[in-house]
Amino acid sequence: MKKLLLMGSPNIGKSAFFSRLTGVHVDTSNYPGTTVGYSKGYVKLGDEAAEVIDVPGTYTLEPLSKAEEVATEMLKEGDIVINVVDSTNLERNLFLTLQLMERGIPMLIALNLWDEAKHKGIDIDYKKLESLLGVPVVPTVAVTGEGMKEIIGCISQAAVVDTLNRSHDELWAEVGRIVEQIQTVRHRHHTLLERLEDASIKPFPGIPIAIAVLVGSFYLIRLIGESLIGYVFEPLFEKLWAPLMMHLSDALGGGGFVHDVFIGELVAGEIDFTQSFGILTTGLFIPFGAVLPYVFAFYLVLGFLEDFGYLPRVAVLMDTIMHRIGVHGFAIIPTLLGFGCNVPGILATRVLESKRERFIVATLISIAVPCAALQAMVIGLVGDVGLQYVVLVYVTLFTVWLLLGLILKYTVKGFTPELLIEIPPYRLPSLRILSKKLWMRIKHFLKEAVPIVIAGILVVTLLYAAGIFDYIADFFSPLVSGLFGLPKEAAAAIAIGFLRKDMAVGMLGTLSLSAGQLVVGSVVLAMFFPCIATFVILFKEMGLRRMLASTGIMIASALAVGGALNLIIP
Amino acid sequence: MTLEEMDAGQRGTIVEVEGGQGVVRRLSSMGLRAGKAVTKVSAMLMWGPVTVRVDNSQIALGHGMAKKIHVKLEK
Repeated sequence: MKKLLLMGSPNIGKSAFFSRLTGVHVDTSNYPGTTVGYSKGYVKLGDEAAEVIDVPGTYTLEPLSKAEEVATEMLKEGDIVINVVDSTNLERNLFLTLQLMERGIPMLIALNLWDEAKHKGIDIDYKKLESLLGVPVVPTVAVTGEGMKEIIGCISQAAVVDTLNRSHDELWAEVGRIVEQIQTVRHRHHTLLERLEDASIKPFPGIPIAIAVLVGSFYLIRLIGESLIGYVFEPLFEKLWAPLMMHLSDALGGGGFVHDVFIGELVAGEIDFTQSFGILTTGLFIPFGAVLPYVFAFYLVLGFLEDFGYLPRVAVLMDTIMHRIGVHGFAIIPTLLGFGCNVPGILATRVLESKRERFIVATLISIAVPCAALQAMVIGLVGDVGLQYVVLVYVTLFTVWLLLGLILKYTVKGFTPELLIEIPPYRLPSLRILSKKLWMRIKHFLKEAVPIVIAGILVVTLLYAAGIFDYIADFFSPLVSGLFGLPKEAAAAIAIGFLRKDMAVGMLGTLSLSAGQLVVGSVVLAMFFPCIATFVILFKEMGLRRMLASTGIMIASALAVGGALNLIIP
Repeated sequence: MTLEEMDAGQRGTIVEVEGGQGVVRRLSSMGLRAGKAVTKVSAMLMWGPVTVRVDNSQIALGHGMAKKIHVKLEK
């Protein structure tokens, strides 16, 4: 089968192009480096199928970064290259085009972001470009699908024309000659979005804007999450599901082992979705009723900020602060992703250049960045005793993040390179792509969470029935009661935290803790052991040694902070 | 004069980019090389990154790198 490679600079819509070409959805965002691994798909060319590979974005063919190394390696295996070019930055992109042509692989060119170039007053004579270069050139708009049919039609005409070996200076001179002949730029006034682009990257008003965006996002997420719970999910569970489950409970005789597994314990003769702990009651309520609304709200807001192009600006604004903890500003993007789920956050640390930065950021995410599932439960449970306690949990975790970062900066060897990133233009996100991305993330959450919560509840019920939890509780009581000031039964919740944090917080909810104990419990759960999915990803990304180091830091800091909080909070 | 010393809003032409081959090539592939017109957009406080506009894109680069890019101010 023929191999088609999609190649081009970072952040020019290659992944959207790939989705259009193959029908396979891949993650896209408006910042450079979304594609760190590569995706494969297939396209039909006549009766033949061809493999399409979405190669990570590169500015040149010299392997200067990890993504570029991957790209140069993959180039050796390709049969045809589709060079995706950013029409709004023709000069810079054509440099890569000429370099690719020198490699002697049949090639064709997609002038992507064609609509944006028109808006910016850039006219490109693409027919002339075609005759100058000698390979097919097609204007495209990947987001809407414009030009995709034409591209597929042109693949058979992909050509090799030059295999010269020019120096950098000669290449740049050649690019200059070409651009002069085919591009005209009309002068026009700055649009509102462009003025906003400049404003949000200046210290003033950039920093106030950033604070407003972050605070606004938090409130918006909470508003959407709470409204969905209050008006949709709770009524569904209470009005529809509870009566059904009561019938089942009666049918199972209102008690006994089977009843406990499916329904759990009745509280005052009723089902309590947060206390009963049966597979069909709490097991469904935690992922669907309590967490899903927040996961939806979080990824809705994050997806918008990503596709709008705001996040790299936060990276620039935060760079000075982030250097204090030994990483550069771009590390804020994996960190923000970690607030949804630690797993994609840690995966995203691949965009960072040095091993040291990757270790610091991944460790900080797994310790001090609570995922959406955990946050949803904490807001629900701790929020019941007072919002100030929720704030206390967040403030504690933020302090841990900062202090631990400072410590890691001075103890982890290695270097931190300077920031060098392209700031994307603001783009109004496409509703189709936004909703597709949201759906993919929600699907991923449900696939991950539902089986584990249900299996976890089964394990908990079995361990309780076998009396093993009593044993665990007794064994760890000096730690749990002595150090953290929690009832010894909380040991079971901390142990379950290894499976899923949201469920563990749910277990804390059954222990009737005081407000202070809830804060200590939530912080300890957030910091102690990452859930199993995070554990696996830490191991895969960093190797055994670094993963163990990360875990050591985690245990030590969770013990220290949990103990300290217990002493401080009355 | 260097990019670092320029004021926000000033325009100029790059005359020289100092540094190792790796950095120079990376910068030039992003549009920052001798002969290009740049506009400084902003600089963060406390030796933070400098943002410039070159062609149709904005590039943010560390303070240290900005010091190594020499420009001739437009009159």
